[in-house]
Amino acid sequence: MLRVEDLHVDRGRTKVLQGINLSVEPGEIATLIGANGAGKTTTLMTLSGLLPIAGGRAEFRAERGPLDIGATSPVGLVRAGIIHCPEGRQIFGRLSIEENLQLGAYLSNDRDRIAQAVADIYEWFPILGERRALKAGNLSGGEQMMLAIGRALVAEPKLLLLDEPSLGLAPQITEEIFDALGKLNREKGVTMLIVEQNAMLALELADRAFVIENGRIVLTGTGKELLDDPAVFEAYLGVG
Amino acid sequence: MSDYLIQQIVNGLSLGSLYALVAIGFSLIYGVIRLVNFAHGDLLMIGAFMTFGLVASDMVPWAAIPLLVLAGGFAAGGLIERVAFRSISGAPMITGFIVTLSASIAIQNLALIFLGSQPRNFNFPEVFRMRLPIGGADVALIDIVIPAVTLLCALGLTTFIRRTRVGIAIRAVAENPFAAQLMGISIGRLVFLVFGLGGALAALAGLFWSGKYGQINPLMGFLPGLKAFLATIIGGVGSLPGAIAGGYILGFSEIAFVGFLPPEYSGYRDAFVFGLLILILLVRPQGLFGEAEQERA
Ligand SMILES: Nc1ncnc2c1ncn2[C@@H]1O[C@H](COP(=O)(O)OP(=O)(O)O)[C@@H](O)[C@H]1O
Ligand SMILES: [Mg+2]
Repeated sequence: MLRVEDLHVDRGRTKVLQGINLSVEPGEIATLIGANGAGKTTTLMTLSGLLPIAGGRAEFRAERGPLDIGATSPVGLVRAGIIHCPEGRQIFGRLSIEENLQLGAYLSNDRDRIAQAVADIYEWFPILGERRALKAGNLSGGEQMMLAIGRALVAEPKLLLLDEPSLGLAPQITEEIFDALGKLNREKGVTMLIVEQNAMLALELADRAFVIENGRIVLTGTGKELLDDPAVFEAYLGVG
Repeated sequence: MSDYLIQQIVNGLSLGSLYALVAIGFSLIYGVIRLVNFAHGDLLMIGAFMTFGLVASDMVPWAAIPLLVLAGGFAAGGLIERVAFRSISGAPMITGFIVTLSASIAIQNLALIFLGSQPRNFNFPEVFRMRLPIGGADVALIDIVIPAVTLLCALGLTTFIRRTRVGIAIRAVAENPFAAQLMGISIGRLVFLVFGLGGALAALAGLFWSGKYGQINPLMGFLPGLKAFLATIIGGVGSLPGAIAGGYILGFSEIAFVGFLPPEYSGYRDAFVFGLLILILLVRPQGLFGEAEQERA
């Protein structure tokens, strides 16, 4: 579904990504873990067309054939089904919950489908349904995360990019969110690429995992393999 | 109520509406991209000259003229976006300031070259200069039409922004352009739309202005533009209801200063109006309807 080969991306004069190789197959959850500043957010922003590619290749296998991510506009990538749920949630605080969800389906013209998709979100996260007319800025951190995920799901993602869904949330809330993500993957078949600093949670959930260090992928394996890898344990799972 | 008072209220409503029509565009554009478009007032002049040209050509039916002026204003506003603004997108605020100021000067000078510096007298045909007796006062029809049309425009625009998908997208871009992009919203297109809408309303104000005062010239947009900008600040930049309220506050106070101050002061009305602005901002720096500046994501 997603194939990234030797991807290089600069931000300003800094060479941030210096050879990223990763792939995600349909229906699976992949995770990209690594320390703060390693280049995780940069990777996701590149995959949604927001940063230019300096070298290498990123290809999205859509229904209508392969799509060169570097040559496609952000709007084109959303239309193709790459939906990015950004770091820090970035919900529209001054808009109502309902309006936030509507915007998730901005490119769709099928009103019935949008209404159904929004209703589905309210079923998944009843708390959002109860407060649909409330300004989203009034929600708690966990609820805002649900809204951000809901907003992404309304777009009917083929590939959902999630940037640190655990950021700033209490451990218990984080677990609820990850449970929901696992359930979404199992029941709706949503393919995901999850970026996390909280490696333990991500690896438990993931079918496939990539470890990024200073803009390079240094380790690849199944979630289980990396969980059991002493090097990973020491670097990312140990205390401190 | 004395007929004098009625007359003054009508005058205030009418002038305030013209400021409000221009202020709406300032506010929309600022709200979405945090840019003060100094060329915005010149769209009023462009609307006035379009009206003049259409009337003089005698080729289109009367009813079509406002629609053509709206369309022309939309195009002119959009053109400013394409030519002046798009080329500098992503540049710091001060660049936008300079570029739109330059655009304003360029538009004024082009108008001076091609239209001449002489003010032109031009009157709407007789039917449109009718006067109505209201409560003993003798009121010009156009001074009733202007507030009525302004009200319709304001309601229409507010509904558009509140209820439609594109309106929601405009608010989303205003709040968080980065996240808006992730929704598949094309920011460039929305910015073009906002410049166009603002331009259409400013041009409509130009049509009304020429009908109300019967005289037009290439620099006529400057002062109304400046005052409409003040109206947006009084109302709270970025707030539509604020821009409209600001327009009326400015219109009414200007009329009041002229109407109720001793005649020897009326020449200084702009000084009084600007003084009032300073007073309001001392009390409420964010404007009447503005939110205190929040940190943006
Ligand atoms: N807007 C930016 N301009 C220049 N450099 C940036 C920018 N954002 C991030 N960087 C740099 O890119 C590197 C990777 O950042 P990022 O992708 O955000 O890392 P992560 O998400 O893994 O924490 C960091 O060294 C950071 O300093
Ligand atoms: Mg990050």
